[in-house]
Amino acid sequence: MSVVYEKSKGLTDVKLHYCPGCAHGIVHKLLAECLEEMSETENAIACVPVGCAVMANKYFNFDAIQCAHGRAPATATGIKRVDPSKIVITYQGDGDLASIGTCEIVHAAARGEKITTIFINNGIYGMTGGQMAPTTLPGMKATTAKHGRDVKVQGNPIRVSEMLATLDGPVYIERVSVTTPGQVAQAKKAIMKALKVQKEGLGFGFVEVVSSCPTNWGLTAVKAMEYVKEKMIPYYPLGVFKDLTGEGK
Amino acid sequence: MAKVLMKGNEAVGKAAIEAGCRFFFGYPITPQSEVPEYLSEELPKVGGTFVQAESELAAINMVYGAAAAGARVLTSSSSPGLALKQEGIGYITNADLPAVVINMMRGGPGLGTIQPGQADYHMCVKGGSNGDYHNIVLAPASVQEAVDMVMDAFDLADFYRTPVIILSDGLIGQMMEPVEFNYSPKKDLPSKDAWALKGKGKGEKHMIVNLNMDAEDCENHNIALQKKYDEIEANEQDWEEYCMDDAEYAFVSYGTSARIVKSSVDTLRAAGYKVGLIRPKTLYPFPVKAFKRENIKKYLDVEMSMGQMADDVKLACNDVNKVAFYGRTGGIILTPEEVVEFGKSVMGGDK
Amino acid sequence: MSTQRVCCAGFGGQGVLSMGKLLAYAGMLDGKEVSWCPSYGPEMRGGTANCAIVVSDEPVGSPVITSDATASIVMNQPSYDKFVEIVGTGGTVILNSSLIESKVERDDIKAYYVPANEIAKELGNPKLANIVLLGALLEVDKTVTEESVLNAFTKVFGENKAKFIPINKEALAKGAEYVKAQ
Repeated sequence: MSVVYEKSKGLTDVKLHYCPGCAHGIVHKLLAECLEEMSETENAIACVPVGCAVMANKYFNFDAIQCAHGRAPATATGIKRVDPSKIVITYQGDGDLASIGTCEIVHAAARGEKITTIFINNGIYGMTGGQMAPTTLPGMKATTAKHGRDVKVQGNPIRVSEMLATLDGPVYIERVSVTTPGQVAQAKKAIMKALKVQKEGLGFGFVEVVSSCPTNWGLTAVKAMEYVKEKMIPYYPLGVFKDLTGEGK
Repeated sequence: MAKVLMKGNEAVGKAAIEAGCRFFFGYPITPQSEVPEYLSEELPKVGGTFVQAESELAAINMVYGAAAAGARVLTSSSSPGLALKQEGIGYITNADLPAVVINMMRGGPGLGTIQPGQADYHMCVKGGSNGDYHNIVLAPASVQEAVDMVMDAFDLADFYRTPVIILSDGLIGQMMEPVEFNYSPKKDLPSKDAWALKGKGKGEKHMIVNLNMDAEDCENHNIALQKKYDEIEANEQDWEEYCMDDAEYAFVSYGTSARIVKSSVDTLRAAGYKVGLIRPKTLYPFPVKAFKRENIKKYLDVEMSMGQMADDVKLACNDVNKVAFYGRTGGIILTPEEVVEFGKSVMGGDK
Repeated sequence: MSTQRVCCAGFGGQGVLSMGKLLAYAGMLDGKEVSWCPSYGPEMRGGTANCAIVVSDEPVGSPVITSDATASIVMNQPSYDKFVEIVGTGGTVILNSSLIESKVERDDIKAYYVPANEIAKELGNPKLANIVLLGALLEVDKTVTEESVLNAFTKVFGENKAKFIPINKEALAKGAEYVKAQ
């Protein structure tokens, strides 16, 4: 019998704690596959966030460090500067990256740190139980915005990819999603490209994944996929926002 | 190596380089900005890396990363900046990582003043971040001692896998004194290969963990930390004694205050007072061994704060009534004259 | 036991801090214990600047001088009151009379008036005023040796400034000469 599918060697056998319909599992898999295909699993170091992915170090079958909330890009900077031959990845959620860690991600990008950031944007704080995130959509409900986000009171969401694309430092920025097989394939290409940008020493690569949180959105997994398509992606359009590799799209 | 006249802030930077440190992450703040200025120029010359971080928060988390990757790494700041770095210091401590942190203290609280102070004793010695922890804290009283302590700090940090804080102040940072640099490792240092993040290669992956979801695991980790502190308290207490042989009264003072008190001890000795000085060189571990004395009538604690160390002196001599305190704060540097007056008031007026 | 406690004060840009460094470095080369301690902060950005130098046979206790200085070099009028007062009985004050009109009223200290800016101009470089005043102090107090000051020169200013040593030597001599006549 021939093997037609194998789990990536970049993942351990530890059972994931993520909810059904959450994108973390898919993105973990894509990252692990990309590293394996690049033969970099043995050379990779992940900086994991505070948030639902705080235990990602147990799932990744490569070196990892649990970072302070929002500071993964700074910690990654320290690691990468010590040994530039390593592949250093930050894996961060929207509260981590776009709220408490806005300063760190902006400056790591502006410095052109040769690291790769994977940004999971599901518009809500998952681990702490559904509070408003910087990326919560206008009108979207959260436990700290029970009647829906009122932009006059709670301000507007931040489109991080567009914002970072205004900087000279980043080399590659793309926003993807993982709600359809086609999107998953595109997401993998984007992650692969961002990692190659690092490996070739070109600079900072950033992949935003428009994601889902069925549990805190109060939706089934299937309905959550529909919500991503109908509400999230119109506000956070998919595509390449910056590409200095010369490869075009 | 011949002595050179160097500013404290530059000398501690050079000391770090001499001790093999090749990574510095920091953020400017008076009165320590010459540390990053010096290292931005000197580290690249020896193949090292200097990064001016976007904030103290970022700087200390860069230190966390570099320490996790197995490097000797330094950051420096002054009081309000150190307050910002506390979170990261707690993380580095919890992760059992070595790092050296220099605090050139100024008066506080808040922005306080840019003049020298010693009001960060509680923050640095008692652990200014959350949780049950200590950092080794060394308190130099001269530029030469700051240099020697920075070098020792890297060894202590690597030996015990813990952050070491150099608790100095703006005066020692800004002043120039003759210094020489003679680094040789004082400890047999363990290899970092067993835990440092270098990519797993053909071996097992390494994880630097900061979150224990299981409370029992977290308690066990705390118990292990406390064992480390027991060892540090047993082995690393250090202090200087000055005119203590026949002393009936003892000043207790550290860092800049202590060198001023030394002048006062000379004056009081000349006037016939049997007084000496105990100068803690390690603030954590506090040198309790120096206070096992029957013949001292009073300890005269002198600080450039409102008496933060006095509590430790009371515990060390095991008698709250035996400790008198005098201090100036908010950036005022003590004068030898006012310390003499304080001494006389405690020891019973003019002789 | 001899301890010299010297204050240098003036405007930022007059070379007050570097004059102090020369003195401290020279003391070190003479085999003494020394410290150099600046004022720092906003005042170093264009306002008044000062530094305290201790040169001693014993390890330096307090590096800060708040009273009982053995000497002051005062380069401008705004520094006059504080840095004349700081000198202890029997001490010396060297005043830059090019910029200071006041005359010292205390009779327990020695005061010397040196038109350092004019002398420096005659030497062809107005920046030498501080060195002229330092020359005056060394003549009066013998705080350190002139030879050590000249040896300290490249240590303080860098090897590429060695070509200025002869003119600085001349400035030291002019300052010394001026106070000898007083």
